[in-house]
Amino acid sequence: MKGLPPVVITAIVLVAGFAACAVQFPNIASTRVVGNLLTDNAFLGIVATGMTFVIISGGIDLSVGSVIGFTTVFVALAVERWGVPPLVAFVAILALSAAFGAAMGAVIHVFDLPPFIVTLAGMFLARGASFLLSTESVPITAPVYSTVSDFALRMPGGGRLTAIAIIMLAIVIGGALLLHLTRFGANVYALGGNRATAGLMGVAVGKMTVKIYMLSSLLAGIAGIVFSFYTSAGYSLSAVGVELDSIAAVVIGGTLLTGGQGSVIGTILGVLIQGMIQTYINFDGTLSSWWTKIATGVLLFAFIALQQGLVALARRPAAKHAGAAS
Amino acid sequence: MENSLGSAPSLLEVRGISKSFGTVRALQEVDFTLRAGEIHALLGENGAGKSTLIKVVTGVFPRDAGVVRLAGEEVAPRSAKSALQAGIATVYQEVNLLPNLSVAQNLFLDRQPMRFGIVREGEMRRRAKALLTGFGLDIDVAAPLGNYSVAIQHVTAIARAVDLSARVLILDEPTASLDRHEVEILFGIMRQLARRGIGIVFVSHFLDQVYEISDRITVLRNGRLVGERETASLPRLELIRMMLGRELAETTSARAAAGEHRARGVCASFENYGKAGYVAPFNLELRHGEVVGLAGLLGSGRTETARLVFGAERADGGQARVEGAPVRLQSPRDGVRHGFGYCPEERKTEGIVAELSVRENIALALQAKRGLYRPLSRREQDEIARRYIKMLDIRPPDPERPVGLLSGGNQQKVLLARWLATSPRLLVLDEPTRGIDVGAHAEIIRLIRDLCDDGLSLLVISSELDEIVTYSDRVVVLRDRAHVEELAGGAIDVGNILAAIAADGAAVALEAHT
Repeated sequence: MKGLPPVVITAIVLVAGFAACAVQFPNIASTRVVGNLLTDNAFLGIVATGMTFVIISGGIDLSVGSVIGFTTVFVALAVERWGVPPLVAFVAILALSAAFGAAMGAVIHVFDLPPFIVTLAGMFLARGASFLLSTESVPITAPVYSTVSDFALRMPGGGRLTAIAIIMLAIVIGGALLLHLTRFGANVYALGGNRATAGLMGVAVGKMTVKIYMLSSLLAGIAGIVFSFYTSAGYSLSAVGVELDSIAAVVIGGTLLTGGQGSVIGTILGVLIQGMIQTYINFDGTLSSWWTKIATGVLLFAFIALQQGLVALARRPAAKHAGAAS
Repeated sequence: MENSLGSAPSLLEVRGISKSFGTVRALQEVDFTLRAGEIHALLGENGAGKSTLIKVVTGVFPRDAGVVRLAGEEVAPRSAKSALQAGIATVYQEVNLLPNLSVAQNLFLDRQPMRFGIVREGEMRRRAKALLTGFGLDIDVAAPLGNYSVAIQHVTAIARAVDLSARVLILDEPTASLDRHEVEILFGIMRQLARRGIGIVFVSHFLDQVYEISDRITVLRNGRLVGERETASLPRLELIRMMLGRELAETTSARAAAGEHRARGVCASFENYGKAGYVAPFNLELRHGEVVGLAGLLGSGRTETARLVFGAERADGGQARVEGAPVRLQSPRDGVRHGFGYCPEERKTEGIVAELSVRENIALALQAKRGLYRPLSRREQDEIARRYIKMLDIRPPDPERPVGLLSGGNQQKVLLARWLATSPRLLVLDEPTRGIDVGAHAEIIRLIRDLCDDGLSLLVISSELDEIVTYSDRVVVLRDRAHVEELAGGAIDVGNILAAIAADGAAVALEAHT
C-alpha cells in the first residue's frame, strides 16, 4: 500500500499514546471511552476523509468548516421554521453542498487558480451565507433527531456505538475503498504526482478536479448533518476552524501535504490521536482544553519533519535495479 | 524487414512544416520522412528546431503550414494525447511518468483492467510484468516508479507508449542521463522495436551513439532542413559541417587582420582555471578591446567556461587575475564587483524580467551593483534608459514598455544595455544571436564590434561559426569539456574550427562523455 511507513508511525503514536493514557487513567481503556471518542469526532472523521482526497490530489479545501456551519443552520431552519421534512432537507443540503464543491473545482480548473485562494473564497462565502440565514443558534426538536440520537449499538463493556459514529466508520471504509481500489482513486494519486503529466497520460484532469472538490464538499455536508445530530442545533458559528483540524488530521495521518501520497486509514488515525489528546485532558481535569491545540501543533511539526526526512531519503540516488538485458 | 531501407514504405511524412513564434521563424518549410522499421536520428544544434519539429508533429504546438501524414493518411493531432491515439508517442528526456505511482499503475493508468468498478490489481501487475519482461526488465512492478533508476523509468515510458499501439516512437535525448550499460539496454530495445516495424526518431547530441544506432540522419539548422543522409555513407566531418556551417565560405576575421589589439594590455586572465567534472583546467587571456570567440558543439563546455569566468560557478583550481591582480570569483556578485557582465543563453528564464519595463530591466544590474542604500533616482533611471535605447536602437523606443512584449533581438539589446550601464570591463555573451531574426543578427554583430572599439573585452559563445569568424580576434575551440585549440589571426576560418571540433580525438572524447 502507498504511504505505508508514515501510517505505521501514526498507528504506533496512537497505540503508544493510548497505552500511556491508560497507565495513568485505567478507566480510559474502556469501550465506553472509545465509543465516545468515535461519537465526538464523527463529523471530523467524515470531513477529514474528503480532505484526504483533496490533499492527495495536490489541492486543499479551506471551505469545509464553513460548509458544515451552513449545513447545520440550513437544516435547522428547514426543519424547524420552514416545515420541510428532515429527509428532504438532508437531500437538498447535500445537493447544494455537492454543487458548491463542483463549482469550486470548476473555477480552480478553468481559471487555473490556486485551490487555496478559491476555497478561501468559498470559506467566506459559505460562512457569510449561514449568517444571512440566521445569526442565532436554532435548536432542532424534530422527532427524527431524538430517535437517531438515542440509537446505539451496545458494545461489550457498556460502550455505545452511536448512529453518527457508525455513519463515520462507514464513510471512512467507503473512502478507503474508493481511494485504493478504483480508477478514480488511482487518478487522485496521479493528479497529486504531477497534474500536467497525468493529463498527458490520459487522465481527464478537469473532470477529476471537479469531482474531487465535489466529494469534499459533499462529505462536509454529511459532516454538517452529523454535527446537527451531535448538537441538536444549527448555529452559524459552529465548526469554525474545523478545516484546519481536518488538515492537521490528514497530515498527522501521513499524507503528504504536497500531494501524491497518503491514505484514508492514516487520516482516521490522525483524527483519533487528536480525540485521544482531548480525552486525556478531560480525564486530567486540571489542564486547559487549549492543551489539545498545543499537542496537535507539536505533533504536526513532528510529522512534517518526519515526512521531509523521508522525502529527502527518497530523493537520494536510488539503488540501480538494472534489469537483466535480453 | 531486411529489404533495403530505401524502398521501405514511408510511415511518417512531414512536408513543408513552418512555425513562427512572434517574429521568430522557428521552422521554415521543413520536410522529414520516417520509414517503417528504421531508426532515424534528428540532429542539429540548440535552436535548430528539433524540439519545435517534434512538438508540432505531436500537436503540442499548432503549426502554421504544412502537412503530416501517418501511413499515407493525413493527421492533425491537437494535443500530445491525440497524437498518442493516432499512434505517435514521444518519450522526453525528463520522463513524463508519475514517480509516486507504482510501475504497474504507470503502465496502465486510465486503462486499468476493471471488474465491477474495482481495479484488478493482481491482473494489472501480471500484465505489467509480462509487458516489461518483453523489454528485458524483471522488476517489482508494485513498487513506486520513483524507486527505480532513470533508465528503468525510460524503458517503462517506452513500454507504455508501445503498448498504446504506437507506430512512431520519438525519443528526445533518451540517453542523456544514462550510463554506458543502460544505453546498451536501451539500444537493444530500440533495435527490437525497429524489427517489429516501428519507426523510431532518435534525438541526441551524442554523435557516437547516432553512428552506432541510426540508419539515417536528418539535420536541421536554424529552423531549416539541411539534408537527409544514410548514416553509413556520411562522414563525421561532413555531418558536423551540416550541423554547424552553411558552406565553407572563406570568411576570415576582419578584425584579426588588423591585429592592432595584440599590443593592448591584459584585462583578465585565467591560469589552469577549471572545475572537476565541469570543465578541464584551461588558460585564457582576455585583452582590452578584444573579442574572444568560444566555439564547439553543444555540451562541449562553452557555457561552462563562461559561467566559471563570470563566477556563476566556483572553480576548484587555478588563478584568476583582473588587471594583473589575483582575484577570487566565487559568486556572480564577485564577477559584477570586478566589472564582469554575463548575458546568459536562456534569455527568458535567466536574463530578462518580462513583466518589468525596459527602463527597470536596464537599471537592474546597476542598482544591484550600487546596493540597496543608494537607490537610483527615477531621473537617473530615465536618463540611462534613454541613452541606451538610443545607443542600441531598441525598438519601440518606449522605456515603459514591458520587456516581454519586445522582439527577441530587442530583448537581447535590453540585456546588453543592462550590463553596459554598469560600465563593465569584460562582457560574456552566451549565444547573443540565438532566436533572433537575421536582420537583428547583423545588428548585434555590429554592436559587438563597436563595443570593443571602445575598449571593452568580450567573450562570445556562438554556434554560428560564420559569425564567430567575423567578429573574433581569437577563437578558442572546445571539445568534450576541454579547451583543445586556440586560433588567432589568419588561422581563424570556419574550416579550421570544424577540423578542430571533428579532430580524431572527438570519437574517443564523445565516448567518454557518455
